[in-house]
Amino acid sequence: MMPYVATIAAALFAAPLPLAFINWHSFFFFLFAAVACGFAVAVVAADSVVRMAFYLVLSLGATAGLFFLAGAEFVGAMQLMIYVGGTLVLLVFGVMLTAQAPFVSIKGSGRDSVVAGVVGVVLLAVLLQAALSVASWRQPAAGIVAEPAATPIGMALVGVRVDEPGVGAPARNVRPGYVLPFEIVSIHLLVVLVGAAYLARAKRRKTPRAIEVAASVEPPASVAEHAAIGRDRSRGASVLSGGR
Amino acid sequence: MLLGLSFAVPLFGLLTEPVSVAHYLVVGAILFVSGIVCMAIKRNALGVLMGIELVLNGANVNFVAFASPYLQGTGSRSLGLDGQVIAVFVILLAAAEAAVALAITLNFYNNHATVDVDRADDLKG
Amino acid sequence: MADFLITTLELPAWLAWSITAMVAAVLILNVIAGGALVFIWAERKIAGRIQDRLGPTRTGGKFGWLQSLADGIKLLAKEDLMPDGADGMLFRIAPYVSFCASFCAFIAFPFAFDFIGQRLNVGVFFVIAVLGLEVFGVILAGYASASKWSLFGAMREAAQVVSYEVPLGMCVVVPVMLAGSMDLVTIAEKQGGWFTSWFLFHDPFTFVVFWIYVTCAIASVNRAPFDLAEAESELVAGFHTEYSGLRWSYFFMAEYGSMFLVSALAAILFMGGWNGPVPVASILGLSEGTSDTANYFVRLLGMINLLGKATLGVLAMMWIRWTLPRLRIDQVMATCLKYCTPLAAAMFLGAMLWQIALPGGLVPGLRRPAAEIREGWLPGPGGAARSVGEDAGTVVKVGA
Repeated sequence: MMPYVATIAAALFAAPLPLAFINWHSFFFFLFAAVACGFAVAVVAADSVVRMAFYLVLSLGATAGLFFLAGAEFVGAMQLMIYVGGTLVLLVFGVMLTAQAPFVSIKGSGRDSVVAGVVGVVLLAVLLQAALSVASWRQPAAGIVAEPAATPIGMALVGVRVDEPGVGAPARNVRPGYVLPFEIVSIHLLVVLVGAAYLARAKRRKTPRAIEVAASVEPPASVAEHAAIGRDRSRGASVLSGGR
Repeated sequence: MLLGLSFAVPLFGLLTEPVSVAHYLVVGAILFVSGIVCMAIKRNALGVLMGIELVLNGANVNFVAFASPYLQGTGSRSLGLDGQVIAVFVILLAAAEAAVALAITLNFYNNHATVDVDRADDLKG
Repeated sequence: MADFLITTLELPAWLAWSITAMVAAVLILNVIAGGALVFIWAERKIAGRIQDRLGPTRTGGKFGWLQSLADGIKLLAKEDLMPDGADGMLFRIAPYVSFCASFCAFIAFPFAFDFIGQRLNVGVFFVIAVLGLEVFGVILAGYASASKWSLFGAMREAAQVVSYEVPLGMCVVVPVMLAGSMDLVTIAEKQGGWFTSWFLFHDPFTFVVFWIYVTCAIASVNRAPFDLAEAESELVAGFHTEYSGLRWSYFFMAEYGSMFLVSALAAILFMGGWNGPVPVASILGLSEGTSDTANYFVRLLGMINLLGKATLGVLAMMWIRWTLPRLRIDQVMATCLKYCTPLAAAMFLGAMLWQIALPGGLVPGLRRPAAEIREGWLPGPGGAARSVGEDAGTVVKVGA
């Protein structure tokens, strides 16, 4: 009975494609890779900035998926949290703050795009040649299951390398880990935080800002007219002054 | 018959084999080049910023690929933890860079009422 | 389950894994959709009780429990409108972005010891990260609607969610530090036994951290009193002003899904997860590993426990929503930046110092899971670290 069910099920599902032979890791790799690359190209092709940001989110999210597939869970989660959840929200925020028309798009010239496209294709050819030239990089994965890296990364950041045993080595040969880079990055982030807040703060100015000039709608003549009307009304008995 | 089918559909051959480091490098290269082209042709300052993010991300893909023991072929050694830690630092610095660049863009917008980078030509002689 | 399919039904491995994956996906989807159905009804009833008004009474069944279904049918039948000036693609896709983020966070979320989609070594980090993506759907919706109200709502949401992620992350770090792992399963397992071993009662600092977490969680899922993004007194309906019908309901399912998720996360991080206040299963003699049936029973009990705690959390959120008035936007930001963030940082430091000063706890007899782990990571005589290597299968060997 049971093998019978299995045969029917297998026949039903396996008829269109020999699914049993698919390496599912590769399948998901190609899925995520297609999304990442496709939307990266879409970022270049899109005109509207918000659409670009949206495509970038999908591209970076798929890249996080690639990181998970490579066994780098911590980096993948970090990518999702900081890149996608933080940086890109910040970017869209920037788009909203600087948008004048409802859907801002600043088009580049056609000639630039052609030149950039040619340079890009050449660069891509060079990079692909480099990527595919080393034989050991082209070996299919042996499939050594990666150990979870979150704890070793955390320990490395506080200065203890637990991933590289160095059994029997004297203590000073143990590699120092990443305390110093970690501290430098921390201070760097603090400085950046203060600096960004300083740069983007609201300033008091004597002259109107360019954006205010651009936003002022009417020429002063009509303002003067309105003022004149107001003066007339207040001089004569009018509704505004209560008919005094 | 199955073998014949897998030759008939060239993509299918890709699907049956495990991925290698080179697969990741190709993805990284495409992301990198997209970022470079994006930086070159966008006139919107925020578009240029997005190009930079793509470039950094392409580099990150390479770091993670070299760091992953899972992707290595038999006999070759992975970069180990170093690659992942560097990827983490790159993400952190990208966040910092985006914050500062956004602040600069907002300042530029305040002064010029546009985010078109071609209009930032005040110092042109 | 996949093993069962392979061994008992003799299905090929790929089919077994696909079926397992689909079953898990459908179950999670139903948790969100079914949960939303129940919670919407509960919200109306609670609002009725608290604000002394009539909840649903007439729509079918006792206590009007068919109300949510009727709402659903109404939403399905509504016309799907799109404003003239809207960015069509983004407008259509935004609700799905929100919903997907809320749904994907459940992938790494354990409902009981191994009732989990995919156990991740960085579980809690992943859940928080993916949950943070929900804001993207809201921002896109606000921007693509081409409406002032929507745009204002989206701006507020962006500012609020990004700011509140900071104290929220700091609060989450405290239980992670106590458990010595970011794996949600490990964190919950560390709090087994009586309720005194919950991280909530671990030390005074974690108790305070829990309440900061509650505040930040409510703010990060945009519930009143922090629902500035949809403040109907000022912004019509905020970011979903222009939405109607099914698309609008996706936003709501996402909101209820993430409400449930942050409550369940609070239950795992601070309130023992699937470990009840009283270890009923072990008192009954049904410890893990006695038999398959016992295992299953224990896990089912654990899941009921966790779902109960999470539901309590959601009900508390509703209670807060219908009791407190909405804050102003500057008050919201001040709460985050001037109170929550410094307080969370101070409590983090306090919990750390407590670990160093009182590794045995105030009452030595009570179980102190965190102290055991701490000893494992202390530097050994050779200057390197010894590792306990017990969390999530990490076997790290370090020579001394």
